[in-house]
Amino acid sequence: MAIVDTAPPVTAAPAPAGTGYWSGVLSRMLRDPLTLVCLSVVLALVLSAIFAPWLGLADPFKGSMIQRLKPIGTPGHILGTDEQGRDMLARLVYGGRLTLFIGLMPVVLAFFIGGFLGIVAGYVGGLLNTLIMRTVDVFFAFPSVLLAIAISGALGAGIVNSLVSLTIVFIPPITRIAEAVTSGVRALDYIEAARASGAGTLTVIRVHVIGNVLSPIFVYATSLTSVCMILAAGLSFLGIGVRPPEPEWGLMLNTLRSAIYVNPWVSALPGLLIFVTSLCLNLLSDGVRSAMNVRD
Amino acid sequence: MKESLVDIQNLDVRFTGARTVHAINDLTLNLGQGETLALLGESGSGKSVTLKTLLRLLPPKRTEIGGKIQVNGTDVLTLSGKALQQYRGAEVSMVFQEPALALDPVYSVGAQIAEAVRRHKGISRDEAMSTALDMLRRVRIPSPERRLRNFPHELSGGMLQRVMIALALACRPRLLLADEPTTALDATVQIQILLLLRELQREFGMGVIFVTHDIGVAVEVSERIAVMYAGQIVEEGTTQEVIKDPRHPYTRGLMAANLHGVARGERLNAIPGAPPSLETRPAACSFAPRCPLAEDACRATLPPVHVPSPRRRIACIHANAPVSAE
Repeated sequence: MAIVDTAPPVTAAPAPAGTGYWSGVLSRMLRDPLTLVCLSVVLALVLSAIFAPWLGLADPFKGSMIQRLKPIGTPGHILGTDEQGRDMLARLVYGGRLTLFIGLMPVVLAFFIGGFLGIVAGYVGGLLNTLIMRTVDVFFAFPSVLLAIAISGALGAGIVNSLVSLTIVFIPPITRIAEAVTSGVRALDYIEAARASGAGTLTVIRVHVIGNVLSPIFVYATSLTSVCMILAAGLSFLGIGVRPPEPEWGLMLNTLRSAIYVNPWVSALPGLLIFVTSLCLNLLSDGVRSAMNVRD
Repeated sequence: MKESLVDIQNLDVRFTGARTVHAINDLTLNLGQGETLALLGESGSGKSVTLKTLLRLLPPKRTEIGGKIQVNGTDVLTLSGKALQQYRGAEVSMVFQEPALALDPVYSVGAQIAEAVRRHKGISRDEAMSTALDMLRRVRIPSPERRLRNFPHELSGGMLQRVMIALALACRPRLLLADEPTTALDATVQIQILLLLRELQREFGMGVIFVTHDIGVAVEVSERIAVMYAGQIVEEGTTQEVIKDPRHPYTRGLMAANLHGVARGERLNAIPGAPPSLETRPAACSFAPRCPLAEDACRATLPPVHVPSPRRRIACIHANAPVSAE
């Protein structure tokens, strides 16, 4: 039941007037400058990626033989051009679309699939738990980078295949966290108290288990987005992710690698963006985590 | 005796698993409408198991239950599905020992009370919220409108136990089970909660089974006392009878084991030994190993149950012996 956000606007009452949970989280987040900076960077990237076609940028696919590898600050190409003379700014913004999509989508999918598996395993317990968790353990035998490369390599390059392989990589850790939190919550008194007041199994799971388990899983999942983005870029860099001429930060980093002595600053741009984005995502998820923790 | 509310006949509860535990053995207990009974006993004597059996909260896969339980005419042990959910909360509800753990930390207390009310009454969220507000008033929580929106971690222990009581009584149950509701609270708050419970019990006219290991608390709240040991009731009677004239050696031991009238530095009167592990069903008096009066007969067979008056009973061969001067 969505019962949390029914509070009136926060008043400056000295007594602990009850306010909604999320308005508290928001106000705590807004008091943290680092989180705020990261939030604005991530928002700027996401918004520019979403509205890329309407920003009046150059065509990211149109190259020019005479405009190749122009340095930063060239008139008409603020961030220079790449090895085929395509506008770097446009390619970076359009590249953000793909990179962010491939960075976020697998985590979102894994959040639902892994969360479901983990909650079921944790709540039902017994044989089903063993079955799910041991299967998950098999995937833990491989380092995540290696697993992603192996699955992508087997499926072949392409956006959908990268999505699939990264989703498979992120299901196990999320399942494990969800299972751990759920089996912890299941043993708590308020679950029994809910049953004692007449709640059925489904109500208990829907209201009391998911209500308590969702935020730790969610926080954990957000911390995975930066890893996922780096992995996605890594796959493209290795040539088993997004295929050229599609703009994608990892792929751009790879193709510009050969130009590093000619024009190092332009070549470093995609790497810089990957770095900044993943750093901001990490710090943001840290900030959200501490803002969501009401008990300290 | 008033009309019967709870009627437990020869209840057996056994936990199976890696090791079998005979938690309740041949327990018979009766409670009239609007009566308050204190179940008294030390840790592990089966008090809480009795309450959980009454609500059918024990894990069905690992529990074997025998005997009969009737609450207000309903056969509790055959209930299942929707009927069981309706029974829990609407007919019988429970107040837990640790209010801070028994309330869900992510919902406001008002929302939790409203949720329970809506489940049983099928009314709108606004109506349920106003019922919740009314309940908070009845448990004498100051500025209830504001508290309604508070989360459990924002309230003190005593306040939380009031909320817990409001939650338990919101659907007007016929029977309230209280599982050591004051143990986790400090002494001044304890007495307030006890008085509140007694007041509400009169106001709502419900029956209360109050589990405690504190004789003082039992005397304060209850009309009747049943003393439990090793999953059995060893002595039962009105509070007066049990306190003034304890017949079972265990009850006497409990009464002697307090701090009143003990000089500083003197040894306290504890009952020696520990309760039995109950891995097998007791075939003789469970208390015999710790009993100062035990004889060979005590270790050979189950003790006879003496019934001096209709609702008074003592499970001991010495029940008729005059009270020894202790």
